[in-house]
Parts: sequence; structure tokens; C-alpha cells
Amino acid sequence: MSKYTEDDLREELKTKEYEYGFYTDIESDTFPIGLNEDIVRAISLKKEEPQWMTDWRIESFRAWEKMVEPDWANVKYVKPDFQAISYYSAPNKKPKYNSLDEVDPELLATFAKLGISLDEQKKLSGVAMDVVVDSVSVATTFKKTLAEKGIIFCSISEAIKEHPELVKKYIGTVVPQKDNFYAALNSAVFSDGSFCYVPKGVKCPMELSTYFRINQAGTGQFERTLVIADKGSYVSYLEGCTAPSRDENQLHAAVVELIALDDAEIKYSTVQNWYPGNSEGKGGVYNFVTKRGLCEKNAKISWTQVETGSAVTWKYPSCVLKGDNSVGEFYSIAVTNNHQQADTGTKMVHLGKNTRSTIISKGISAGKSQNSYRGLVQVHARAKNARNFSQCDSLLMGNDCGAHTFPYIEAKNKTARIEHEATTSKIGEDQIFYCNQRGIDTEKAIALIVNGFSKEVLNKLPMEFAVEAQKLLEISLEGSVG
Amino acid sequence: MLKINNLHASVEDKSILKGINLEINPGEVHAIMGPNGSGKSTLASVIAGKEDYEVTKGTILFEGEDIEELAAEDRAHKGIFLSFQYPVEIPGVSVTNFIKTAINESRKAKGLEDMPAKDMLKLIREKAELLEMDRKFLSRSLNEGFSGGEKKRNEIFQMAMLEPKLAILDETDSGLDIDALRIVANGVNKLKSKDNAVLVITHYQRLLDYIVPDFVHVLHNGKIVKSGTKELAHELEAKGYDWIKEEVNA
Repeated sequence: MSKYTEDDLREELKTKEYEYGFYTDIESDTFPIGLNEDIVRAISLKKEEPQWMTDWRIESFRAWEKMVEPDWANVKYVKPDFQAISYYSAPNKKPKYNSLDEVDPELLATFAKLGISLDEQKKLSGVAMDVVVDSVSVATTFKKTLAEKGIIFCSISEAIKEHPELVKKYIGTVVPQKDNFYAALNSAVFSDGSFCYVPKGVKCPMELSTYFRINQAGTGQFERTLVIADKGSYVSYLEGCTAPSRDENQLHAAVVELIALDDAEIKYSTVQNWYPGNSEGKGGVYNFVTKRGLCEKNAKISWTQVETGSAVTWKYPSCVLKGDNSVGEFYSIAVTNNHQQADTGTKMVHLGKNTRSTIISKGISAGKSQNSYRGLVQVHARAKNARNFSQCDSLLMGNDCGAHTFPYIEAKNKTARIEHEATTSKIGEDQIFYCNQRGIDTEKAIALIVNGFSKEVLNKLPMEFAVEAQKLLEISLEGSVG
Repeated sequence: MLKINNLHASVEDKSILKGINLEINPGEVHAIMGPNGSGKSTLASVIAGKEDYEVTKGTILFEGEDIEELAAEDRAHKGIFLSFQYPVEIPGVSVTNFIKTAINESRKAKGLEDMPAKDMLKLIREKAELLEMDRKFLSRSLNEGFSGGEKKRNEIFQMAMLEPKLAILDETDSGLDIDALRIVANGVNKLKSKDNAVLVITHYQRLLDYIVPDFVHVLHNGKIVKSGTKELAHELEAKGYDWIKEEVNA
């Protein structure tokens, strides 16, 4: 009789290696390592930015210099040496391509390995892609269709040149330069990223999608994303990311700012599977991201994230519910395996009256990983009738992993209604045997149980993303078993 | 179909089954009765392939094949079904999704394609009706918040869907009120044929009024100490288990 115990399960989960561990050799234009004002100026110069942008970066850099890297998160890692990183790296073969035929074949091969070849993506119903490979956009599709509706979807570098009034007006308004250590660093050195503007009353006809990828060895990537939904507009934005396998830890410190003006709605979905390090905990991406959205009157922002990658994650997509009747939502699945550490959650800041927020967080821990939910629900004095519902569920696999929940609640208005529910469960041998007895092998059983556990969040993802996310969950956990 | 020969099994070095002999042929209904702790559920689990149990001696042949080395899912694919005494909950996985996965995994093992969605739906409706199950029930999370009766009905529903050759019903009557018992038993009876067999494990005789056994075996202290027809079940009901114990010890 084949004997399958939790020990075996744990053992097998350890052996899961990163599927996307390959490295593409595209000639790069890379800056020398280190960071100082000259490097910041050089980045700005390289990107042919206007003076105000250069000044903004310098200001951020000076603020960053005085800041200390935060250490309150429930994660342990060797702090990156910020002077040992190159802050700019761009694929050499420019300018941009008019068709895929012109794109570096090696790059296309990279995409093929990821299963997201541009060719396919182009054909995919209604998905426009803005691909970021090592900091510079190399292809943008569907731009024309969007342009007809007045929607701007381009790289942030392009937006700085073409739409300076919009960038100048909104950049740093939700995540100020001095917001935190990593946000300040990003503000100083951000390489590229995406920009989106949806005009008044326009419903964006397709899901906007960006694939991020870190490539060169030792090149930290600092994207900057700015999404503005003007009054009464709607946009759904998808962000997916993978990074090739490398031994050195790679730093990733992005900033995402969302602005939903009156009656607007932004749905922002992320699937993140950056290299988590090997089964001994060597290598992997440090993911220190600041994501925040601002809701004006009657506006709504939904964050949905599926996080399966990175060695260390520090990430709290948040909503500032400034306008009356605005709504913030956070749906998250965070999977950690081997030696991964995740400290992730959200902040819901209720400023306006009748503001509502929902938090659904699902943490899945396996191997020797540590998975923490950290969330803040803050109701300010004038936020009458604010409501929040939070649910934090943890699923444990094996005996060496950890799940932690740190909910913070600050209510300064008596009419606030705040609910918090939390559960912790473990995939039991009984559940697995039950599935086995019905003819479902252990690998499939774990996938089934994990998908069931994550269902409320998976359901919030756009269709094409949900399929990918489901696959990722299986790769991260179940692929290793049996 | 099933031939158990001098089966000894233990869990955590504690010997529980101490030499079971049992032969079940197609078309037969066997009942195993016995006091608590006699090894009834252990026998069910060992046949199904639960990993906690170690077979220390003897053989289990299913359709002539020694299944000792087979994983639980492989035994399931061969047509062994266990209706659990305590069915587990799987939150977020609907009754429909679960049975769909189970059916398609079994088909995959046989080299067949997934069952077309239309056929699956039709089959689910048909079998749900047999167990007098509400449509809404099918979209609920597996066993989550189910009453005792609903859990058992769901087990028999799965059995109906999977059409096993050998169905083992482990204490299927426990936690059932009389109406649920009738529905469950009725379901089992409708699924009975000359090609399949049923092994009913029960503490009480009452289920056997509905699912009438061809043979009744009394399990005591890890051994079958007495076998007979359904009359034996009535005798047990009337006299309790003590007389058997005395008879064995005499």
C-alpha cells in the first residue's frame, strides 16, 4: 500500500523548483552600479525628461537619503546594498517596433517560455499589452483602439513627454515622494512603468494588461504606474509578472498610484510569480511595493492580487476613501512555499461619509515559509457611517510553516461598523484520503482544496486572469506532489 | 469479486484486525456487524487503502488482483467505493465540482476523455433525483454545514455517480432520521445489480430492514466470529452482542 503522510507532502513541496528559471541574453545598456545624485540626473537625462521631472527625482533622492529602511514587517532578510545595484538597464535595440517581426527573437522566445507570447496576446480577445522588459517598454498594442475613445495607455516615460500636464498633476498625489523608504527610492530612480488615463464617462472597452519582467543580473526594477480614471469612467487593469531565476537577490520596489475621480471605478488585478528562491531559500526577488488608490465621491477601487512568487514580499495595496460613499475592496491570495516570506495586506482609510470597505485575504503557507496578513482599517472623525468587513483565512500545509494575522483597527467615529473574521485551517490527511478514495490523486486533491479555499478571491479576477492564476496556484504547490 | 484471506492489520503498532476471512461475490449484499471497537471501520479503511493502517499479514484480492500495493485512488479507479462514516468538509469546492473532478479523474485513469459537460449535467440531475436532493444542494460547498442526513445522502449520491463494483457503506445509518434512512437505503437498493456488490457495516440492525443482506457477519475483537443470514441480525438486535462474546470465549 502506498503510504502518503504529511511528511511526504512536506518533503515533496520542498522540491518544487521555479519553472521560469531562464535568462535571456539581450544586449543591455546598463548603468554602473551605485546611487548618487549624478546617477539620478543621468537616468532623467537618458530618458530625455523635462526639468520638472528631474527636479522631482532629485527631491525624492534627497528625502530617501535621510530615511531608514523599515524593519517592522514580520520578515527576515539581508538588507540590500543600495550602492551595489545598477539603476538603469534598457534593451539596446531601439527604437520601438511597429510589428512583432521586428522584436528581438530572443525576447520573443522568453515570452514563449512564459506562455505569453505577444503574438498570442495580441489575438487574445480585447487584451492590450504594454510589455516592460528591464524597465523600457518595447511594444504596445491596441493603442489605436484605445486612442479612439480618448484613452491614454502608454509607458510612463512616454506620458512624461506626451502628457506632462496629467503626470505633473497626479504623480505623487496618492503616494507622496516621502511616503516611505522604498517609495522615495522609486520616486528618485524609477525606470519605467505604465500610465493610463481614462477620460470622463468612458468605459474602457478592454482589460488593460502589463507584463513586468526583471531581466539583467543585479538590476533592480523600479516601475512607476499611474492610473487615472476621470469622472464616471471605468477601467480594469491587469498586471502580471515573472522574473527569471538568479542567485543574487533582486530588489523590486514599485509604486502604483490609482486615482478614481467622482463616480469612477478602477479594478486593479495582479498576478505575481517572481522567482521565490530555491528550496534552500537561496536567491529570489525582494518585492517591496507601495500600491495605493484614492477614491473621490462615489468612486470605487478594487485591488485583487494573487501572490505566489518573491522571496520576501512587503506589500499593502490600499484605498484612501476620501469622497463620500466611496468603496474600497481588497481581495488577496498569498501563497508561500519553501523559505518564502510574505507580509502583505491592506490599508483602508475611511475619510468620507458612508464609505465602505471589504477585505478578503487568503494566505496559504507550505514548506518553511512565513505568511503574514497585516491590515489597517482606519475610520476618521468625519467618516460617518463607515463600514468595513474583513475576513482573513489561513491554510497551512505541513508543520514547519507559519501563518500570522495582524489586524489593526482605529475608529474615531462612533457610527463606524467594523467586522473582522479570521480562520486558520490545515490541509488534513483526512481530506486528502477522502479525495483519494474518490479517485482523485494527492496532487489534484491539493489543487482542489487550495482552489476551493481561494475561490472567493479567484472569482474576483477577470476571466483570462483567473485561469492563469489557478494554474499558478497549482504550479506553486501541487506541481511538486506525487 | 473481493477475497480477503487471513487479514491482519494494525495502526500505530496496535493490532486491530486479527485474521479476517471474507469472500464477496457479484450481486451479493454482505453486512458486518459488531460492537464498538471490534474493527469494523478499520476493515473498511484497509480495503479502501487508508495509509495509516498497515497490513501485517494476509491478502486482499479484488477481482483476482492483490491490491495491497495500490494507492487509494487506484483502488477507487478499479471500482472500490467507501461511503465514509464521517465525510470531510472541503470548503469552497461545490458538490458538483467535486464529483465532476472525481468522475473525470477515474475516466483519465481508464484512458478516457473528460465527460462532456452536457452528459455530466444530465447524469448529476438524474442521480440527484434518485437521492431526492435539492438542486441548490449541488452548488453548496462539499459537506460544509451539511446535516448528518445530508452528508450521508451526498455519499450515496457520489456512489450513484461513480457506479462502483464494490460499495462499502461504513455506518451509513448513523446520524440519520427515519426519512433520510429510507431515502439512502432506497438509493442503494436502486443501484444494486447482479454485477456489483455491497458491504454494509453497521452497529444496528435497523438499516438492514431496508438494505436486506444475503449474509451477515459478526466481527469481534478483530475476527469474524459468526456468519449467517439476515436472521442473525435479528437475533443480535434482540439479544445484544454479549451472547456472542460469551460464545466466543466459551
